[in-house]
Amino acid sequence: MTAPIETTGAAAEAQPEAVLSGVKKSQIEGRSLTQIAWMRFKRDKVAMAGGIVVVCLVLMAVLSKPILWAFDLDPNKFNQDLIDPALLAPKGGWGGMSWDHPLGIDPQYGRDMLARIIDGSWVSLLVAGGATLLSVCIGTVLGVIAGYYGGWIDSVISRLMDTFLAFPLLLFAISISASVQDGFFGLEGLPLRICVLIFVIGFFSWPYIGRIVRAQTMTLRRREFIEASTSLGARGPYILFRELLPNLVAPILVYSTLIIPTNILFEAALSFLGVGIAPPQASWGGMLSNAVDLYTADPQYMFVPGLAIFITVLAFNLLGDGLRDALDPRSK
Amino acid sequence: MKTRRVTAAIASVLALSLGAAACGGGDDDGNGGGNGKKDAALSSIVNASTKKGGTVSYEHSDVPDSLDPGNTYYGWVQNFSRLYARALTSFKPAAGKEGLEVVPDLAESLGKPSADAKTWTYTLRKGLKYQDGTPITSKDVKYAIERSNFAPEALSNGPTYFKAYLEGGDKYKGPYKDKSADGIKSIETPDDTTIVFKLKQPFADFDYLATFSQTAPVPQAKDTGAKYVQNIVSSGPYQFESYEEGRGATLVRNKNWDAKTDPIRKALPDKVTIKFKVNPVTVDNDLLSDKITADAAGTGVQPQTQPKVLQGKNAGQTDISYAGATQYIALNVNVAPFDNVHCRKAIQWGLDKQSVLDAMGGSPKGDVATTLLPPSVNGYSKFDTYATEGHKGNVAKAKDELKQCGKPNGFNTILTARSDRPAEVAQATAVQESLKKIGVNIEIKQFPSGKYFTNFAGVPTYVHEHKLGMLSMAWGADWPTGYGFLDQVVNGSAIKPSGGTNLMELNDPKINKALTDAIANTDDAARTKAWGDIDKMVLDNASVVPVVYRKNLLLRPKSAANVTVTQAYLGMYDYVLMSSAK
Repeated sequence: MTAPIETTGAAAEAQPEAVLSGVKKSQIEGRSLTQIAWMRFKRDKVAMAGGIVVVCLVLMAVLSKPILWAFDLDPNKFNQDLIDPALLAPKGGWGGMSWDHPLGIDPQYGRDMLARIIDGSWVSLLVAGGATLLSVCIGTVLGVIAGYYGGWIDSVISRLMDTFLAFPLLLFAISISASVQDGFFGLEGLPLRICVLIFVIGFFSWPYIGRIVRAQTMTLRRREFIEASTSLGARGPYILFRELLPNLVAPILVYSTLIIPTNILFEAALSFLGVGIAPPQASWGGMLSNAVDLYTADPQYMFVPGLAIFITVLAFNLLGDGLRDALDPRSK
Repeated sequence: MKTRRVTAAIASVLALSLGAAACGGGDDDGNGGGNGKKDAALSSIVNASTKKGGTVSYEHSDVPDSLDPGNTYYGWVQNFSRLYARALTSFKPAAGKEGLEVVPDLAESLGKPSADAKTWTYTLRKGLKYQDGTPITSKDVKYAIERSNFAPEALSNGPTYFKAYLEGGDKYKGPYKDKSADGIKSIETPDDTTIVFKLKQPFADFDYLATFSQTAPVPQAKDTGAKYVQNIVSSGPYQFESYEEGRGATLVRNKNWDAKTDPIRKALPDKVTIKFKVNPVTVDNDLLSDKITADAAGTGVQPQTQPKVLQGKNAGQTDISYAGATQYIALNVNVAPFDNVHCRKAIQWGLDKQSVLDAMGGSPKGDVATTLLPPSVNGYSKFDTYATEGHKGNVAKAKDELKQCGKPNGFNTILTARSDRPAEVAQATAVQESLKKIGVNIEIKQFPSGKYFTNFAGVPTYVHEHKLGMLSMAWGADWPTGYGFLDQVVNGSAIKPSGGTNLMELNDPKINKALTDAIANTDDAARTKAWGDIDKMVLDNASVVPVVYRKNLLLRPKSAANVTVTQAYLGMYDYVLMSSAK
């Protein structure tokens, strides 16, 4: 096939490799790496679906308060007349599902599950996303530096990683939560709790990504393109951030999408220890850990937040896989 | 991890829908061993039997602090240890209120107090022997008290009431350090059957103190301090055949125990076994399948099992007993606005207690509380100073109090809860929602229970600094009288720089004096009445908001015989009575 590149986007998407072989050089020079990646990504239906779900989730999280207001949902309103306290379950089975409460109600207070899922989305995604961002930033910077420079810098950073990995995270989380009181950095209540959670989860999980990045950097720094730019006179920071980093995007992205769900569950664990989000604010992790004690009586209660986390995890993973394939065609 | 949870959830949907078909009311078919109606063991002895033999088997999801009668604080060990350790006095193994009665055990009769209730004399029965046949003397009882109360370096678990009340208790260093032949001077043993206690203050509840397993005799020659638990010398009807730390124990008959010296134990089973560290859900399943006789912990079934036993065919085998503890909210009188009695009363009137109870799990978890003393304590008197319809709260009266307090639109405050106690967090969440109606906006702060009293709620400076106005609290008595319950939570002397348990910081001279006067009164009836009066004074002060009298949802297997709930031991089954058809 020798169709010219400028005809239609669809044709180009269909067979970019074939297209590339059959066109004049000047016509493909205008296309950046990003554009090529985007083209490949668009072709991947599964990844696109994952991406759309992630966008919807983020929108739901950002707009949670307006949504709740618009549909007149109150995540903290009790409906105790709808539950049977002795059986720890809503009356009528199926987790109390009804037209008024499409996803049912929680078994202790009779609060609307749909409203709580929506209200919990922003907390869970903010904590998980923020913690992931923090750990990826620290881990990438320190990992690249350690891997590229080697020697004593590597030793220092690597021992630092070992120290952090050996840290009893839960104990630290509890002591931080106890010592950080209202007024810390001018924050109080829920925003403070969220910042503490992001800090604790993010700051202590950077060595995982740091080690991956360090190892990847060590294999890359001996490659020809790095030697080429060194011989052309490029200096450390340029090589680090312009040459190495773009090649590290794939593992970093994949790792990030994998730890977001882990972080949601970690938030749940911390909520259970009382250093997480204080009631009555809903969070997916908090709901799930509450449900563990009650699942035989009211399985629906575990199912709903579990499903929310499951969908989030799946969407992020699919998105991450698709991004990796798009950015790094060799990995296919 | 999540996948596993979802699978479990789906599996339980199936299980539940199958189980729902078997729904029905109480089961009292009358055949088989453990018949009886729901709650039958609260007021009677279920499946009463005089048949000797069989094995009673217990399981526990945890380990005891120690089975050494001188080194334990756990209620269930106090109950269980009566099988192999006889104290000076004990609680009558009987159903209902009778179970709260103190009866002589090693002693011939209850203690004989002096007129000022400061000197107590006991005489031991004749013919008492240890498992090796040597006679039990009053010196052994004295030694047991010395080692259990004064030697924290070896035996640190038990309460130290004897140390607190005995004359010179603060000076004596314990038998392992102080090797003098006399021991503590304020316990006298003029002969082998007489023991005299000299107290530094009048203390009319002394017979209750004497029920502690700490007064069970220990022969000094056989005592190995902390290791004594490996070789406990029995004074009761059973002795240890084997004991494995953290695993369990087997008790067999003690040939040298003479039923003639012991009017309270029938000692029906031939053997008693106990297993520790059994998964709590497995314990419940073993009860349901009649594999064991009782859950030694006696705190009731797990939340997962609750729906199963409440609506299924096992409903007739359940007993919902008072656990001897009250959940309440302490309003700190030194934190604004609770320094004003009207703001405290606003909370009393405004709180929807029924909603709080429902959030905690409804009637199997407890009853709505209107007094600080729970109904299973000697001295409980029923009253409701802030009675509202259906315990749902009265918004109008609450708002009226708010006006008198100068906060007609309500106020903001903080409520604490122990994060690792789901029931307490549920309580806090429901209190928060309920008080919104009167304009009181609550922020919930959670703390780990291990440090709750030593670092947070029990430290007045911390409480004041962080303006913790409302503090979640639960309290059970060490011995079931008004004094045993109230002294540690409403007496001004229980306010400490750290580790205090008077979270209201209530220091009312009238209440303090009423407590001191009542405990000096050897007239049982008058003393018992006084506890109810003090309870009323506390509620008039309005700094204690009683929420729930806690209950246990106990399950008695079909093979369990002579089953009755003892109120003296936190509402668990009486292990002295219990026998088995197996």
